[in-house]
Parts: sequence; C-alpha cells; structure tokens
Amino acid sequence: MVPISWYLLLAAALFVLGTIGALTRRNGIAIFLSIELMLNAVNLALVAYSRQLGDPTGQIVVFFVLAVAAAEAAVGLALFIAIYRHGRTIDVNRMNLMRW
Amino acid sequence: MSLEVLVFALFAALALGSALVVVLHRNPVVSTMSLVVTLVALAALFVMLGAPFIAALQILIYTGAIVVLFLFVLMLLNVQRESAATPSAGRGQLWGTLIVACAFAGTLVILFWRSGAGVPAPLTAAEVALPVIARLLFSQYMLPFEIIGLLLLAAVVAATVLARKVPASPEEGD
Repeated sequence: MVPISWYLLLAAALFVLGTIGALTRRNGIAIFLSIELMLNAVNLALVAYSRQLGDPTGQIVVFFVLAVAAAEAAVGLALFIAIYRHGRTIDVNRMNLMRW
Repeated sequence: MSLEVLVFALFAALALGSALVVVLHRNPVVSTMSLVVTLVALAALFVMLGAPFIAALQILIYTGAIVVLFLFVLMLLNVQRESAATPSAGRGQLWGTLIVACAFAGTLVILFWRSGAGVPAPLTAAEVALPVIARLLFSQYMLPFEIIGLLLLAAVVAATVLARKVPASPEEGD
C-alpha cells in the first residue's frame, strides 16, 4: 500500500510548481493555468486526508472547490477577453491601465 | 502490494512531468494540453484514494469544461505569437520566486510529513460507495450546495456581461 504522505508530498510539489508558474509567467492565461494547478494540488491533499481520516467530508469540500474553480475560470477568462479588447494584449507586464 | 506502488509512481511521475510542462512551456496551447494530462493523472490518483466520484467529476468538469474554455479563449485571442515575443522573467523576479518557492515547499513538506500518518487500511466497498457522499451532500451540506448553485449562476451572468462586446459609441447602443 502507498503511504498517505506520498500523496501529500506529490500535492506539495504540484502546489509549489503552480506557485512558481503563477509568479514567473507573463501570459495571463498561463498564470491562470498555474492557479488551476495549485487548486488541483489542494484537491489531492484534501482527498488524501479524507482517505487517512476515513471521513468523506474532504471529498465534499473537493466537490465545492471544483464548482468554484469552474466559476473562477469562466469569470477570469471573460475578464481576459475584456482586457484583450481594451489593450490588444494579455501580457500582465503590459497591463498598466490602473498604474499611477 | 508493489503493483499499487508502481501505479502510484507512474501517475505521480506523469502528473509532475506534465505539470512542469504546464509551468515552463512558452506556448500556452501546449501548456493547456499538458494540464489535461496532469488532470487525468490526478483523477487516477483520486481513484486510488477511494474517491471515484471526485475522479469522474475531475474528468467531466476540469478536462471536459474548464480546459475547453481555456482553449476556446486561447484560440479566440490568438496569443501564440505574443508569448514568443514576451521577454522571460527578470533575474530579480526569478530569484525571488525561487526563494519563495523553496520556503513554501519546505513548510508544506514539514507539515505534510508530520500529519500524513503511515499506510491506511485497505479500502472497503462501503467507504467507496456513493450513497455516503450523496447523503452528506444533501443533508449536512445542503445550504453550501445551494449557494454554489447561486455562485455558478452569478458567474454565468458575470462572464456574459464581461465578455459582451461594448458598443463603440453611445448612439450605437440605442
């Protein structure tokens, strides 16, 4: 049997990878992809803890996280479409409309 | 026994490798397709953890809906050529990211290593069965369930309003 801590370590690695991506990428959509990666790492950790504790509540939380991720992706991508219409770019370094 | 370790290693390596591609590849379309591989590998791990319902949702919602949405927007905005022209992150930013990531990884590993206690007992059919989750979702978590429905409705409205084409001039709106 695979120890639960292996799953947790994998989740930690995925989360850190997502953090690196979200901090270094410049393409707005690539940043979004990294955030999705982080959300998935959290889901893996939640399911792993749910397994360890024998408590299905963790899976319920993952269910809600999935729904929120879907809503977040829809609104975020619509925002990027609006930003692209405005400035013809989704490079986060060139978005300076609100910079003073 | 060793077969399970083998399957875990396979999918963990797949998830990590494709996650690396997601983070490092310059072409966002390749990143998105690589995210699909990560999500499917994670779904397999969910099944191994006794959560087939979550695995199915992962495939349906993430790879079926969210990633398709990403691809749609990528195609719509045609950002491929922009990413090639984009300069890579500056030195200071890279070092800062590296330090933050290392500190973060260290904390997470310590935390997880202490809390993840050993090998769990083998799964029973009753643990994996859906009725447990369904009963919990529709009794104790009924209110959050309804609120999530409301949130999705609000997201649909918000996305429609945000992505709508704004009329060029006030006269055009009439």
